[in-house]
Amino acid sequence: MRAFTTLKGLAAPMDRPNVDTDLIIPKQFLKSIKRTGFGENAFDELRYLDEGEPGKDNSNRPVNPDFPLNFARYQGASVLLARENFGCGSSREHAPWALDEYGFRAIIAPSFADIFFNNCFKNAILPIVLDEKDVETLFAQMYAQEGYSIEVDLPEQVVRTPEGQTFSFDIDAFRKHCLLNGLDDIGITMQSSDDIKAYEQARAQRAPWLFAS
Amino acid sequence: MTAKTLYDKLWDDHIVTQRDDGSALIYIDRHIVHEVTSPQAFEGLRLAKRKPWRVDSILATPDHNVPTTQKERADGVSGIADPTSRIQVQTLDDNCDELGILEFKINDKRQGIVHVVGPETGACLPGMTIVCGDSHTSTNGALGALSMGIGTSEVEHVLATQCLVAKKMQNMLVQVNGKLLHGVTPKDVVLAIIGKIGTAGGTGYAIEFGGDVFKAMSMEGRLTVCNMAIEAGARAGMVAVDDITLDYVKGRTFAPKGEHWDIAEKAWRELTSDEGAHFDKVVTLDAADITPQVSWGTSPEMVSPVSANVPNPDDETDPVKKEGLRRALDYMGLQAGQAITDIHVDRVFIGSCTNSRIEDIRAAAQVVKGLRKADSVKEAIVVPGSGEVKAQAEKEGLDKIFIDANIEWREPGCSMCLAMNADKLGDGEHCASTSNRNFEGRQGYGGRTHLVSPEMAAAAAIKGHFVDVREMMKGEA
Ligand code: SF4
Repeated sequence: MRAFTTLKGLAAPMDRPNVDTDLIIPKQFLKSIKRTGFGENAFDELRYLDEGEPGKDNSNRPVNPDFPLNFARYQGASVLLARENFGCGSSREHAPWALDEYGFRAIIAPSFADIFFNNCFKNAILPIVLDEKDVETLFAQMYAQEGYSIEVDLPEQVVRTPEGQTFSFDIDAFRKHCLLNGLDDIGITMQSSDDIKAYEQARAQRAPWLFAS
Repeated sequence: MTAKTLYDKLWDDHIVTQRDDGSALIYIDRHIVHEVTSPQAFEGLRLAKRKPWRVDSILATPDHNVPTTQKERADGVSGIADPTSRIQVQTLDDNCDELGILEFKINDKRQGIVHVVGPETGACLPGMTIVCGDSHTSTNGALGALSMGIGTSEVEHVLATQCLVAKKMQNMLVQVNGKLLHGVTPKDVVLAIIGKIGTAGGTGYAIEFGGDVFKAMSMEGRLTVCNMAIEAGARAGMVAVDDITLDYVKGRTFAPKGEHWDIAEKAWRELTSDEGAHFDKVVTLDAADITPQVSWGTSPEMVSPVSANVPNPDDETDPVKKEGLRRALDYMGLQAGQAITDIHVDRVFIGSCTNSRIEDIRAAAQVVKGLRKADSVKEAIVVPGSGEVKAQAEKEGLDKIFIDANIEWREPGCSMCLAMNADKLGDGEHCASTSNRNFEGRQGYGGRTHLVSPEMAAAAAIKGHFVDVREMMKGEA
């Protein structure tokens, strides 16, 4: 996995609550058996004015001029500012894959849906939970200032504004360790193989029907 | 010993190792797999030269992409018209064949929606930890199990290690006390709960559904409720084990038999929250307040009794909420304040992992029996959740009731719940749907979903617009 340490990047808005994973990547793109190729259809139904299809040439499609991520000022953004309950709905990991490929490396919101939150860490995207009023501050500053960039400092666990204002955030020690070092979860769990086998034997004693076949 | 909740018990029973930061390695007893979220996981496993830890814990079946017309099903995988869907189903078959994983293939009689097949075959049992790369895995919690949806990286992790890295959630109790009114269904109960606590209300919690209503509810009903725990924001929903659970499980294909049944039953009887166990949050509803529900917006929390009117954004003071309401009504093509019974439907979908079990099919059939679909409704389809449900329904002659009513009877699969297959809504069409999500575009580009119970969907098919199904039930008690 790619490591995540610090990031300084242009911020862009997804200014509505309860953004679900169907909205982040619509179902028709889930038919792919690959992990890549989703970025150009991230937020497809908001980005374009017609219906997207896998394999369709997006360069010929009518672009929605009212969708902020299409504005010139937000091109190249890597920090997404979002509202509460971001990533709710379907467990599809295609959502973080799409956001990652689009270029987002960090997402700041007052709250995230559980499964999406988890999925981000598996893809080296940092979901950051800040107080609602702090998120509001960032939104206001971003709207007021073109080219507004945010610095995310994972070792220090702070978000820094261009003026040097900081907001600290929490993260589990293990997740932080994995992100900072770009560690693959499976490899780490494999180191506990003996524990897993021991547990399994004990479970087979207690619940023999689970191991009957 | 301190009193434990059902969730505490299930969690503690599956800890392999506890880490300092509060996360733990949790052992997974059952892994269910479908075609959409697994190909990248199998590929990852292969690239890392890893093998599944315990093949016999895995059960697979294709559901999202499978066509539901007999015509398109006749030739199995090769008959799937959409090439991308075909490749995805074929890939699942190939992966399962290569690794020796039990799969109910497209035309196997046991094929169906993962969350219907799991409980019905006894592959999912009380006391288990169950995962699947699908958020509605919460469904199986109805059996008194810890059952959660996971992402594709986690699917790969569980394949490789039989474990999940997880942090314990908080405990929430949602209790509904009293007795449900006649004609009010489990779907109405769960929609009312979501309407009350909101789609983020359960975020970070495992929800236990308790109180009189759930104690009296059938297993099918409990499955419906736990299915939508995720729409309330909770990764897991569950109901304590009781006689209803045990009666449901006994005799199913993969359920323990003989001596094993006796040991299992003894262990499962313990799967209830202890007297005095601590819940971090308790929400209480009165059964008598719940009436048939219809969602009018683009989030499952945007739901009202059928007798109500669509809300008016002008009545909302919070600017973010006001804007959300305005956008939802705009997308749904509804007028602020219009009566829900004035919403006309273009299509009706009875199916999905929420409401496609035999009890749901029976309930819908009961409503349409001897009546005919309104001509203004372009299409109404009933899609059983599995081959088993389909066979049972046909044995009872329910298929005939639908066909006589000019309602289509289909082959099992996810169908119009998410439109990854040929069943979709057209742009701007309103659908009375028994599924679980009314997100923008969920059932087809521009489609407008109204979440309802099977009874309410059936009633809408007959009348052409929403009605309180209880008005059509007069005469029965
Ligand atoms: S029926 Fe719908 S919600 Fe259920 S598994 Fe299929 S697509 Fe998902």
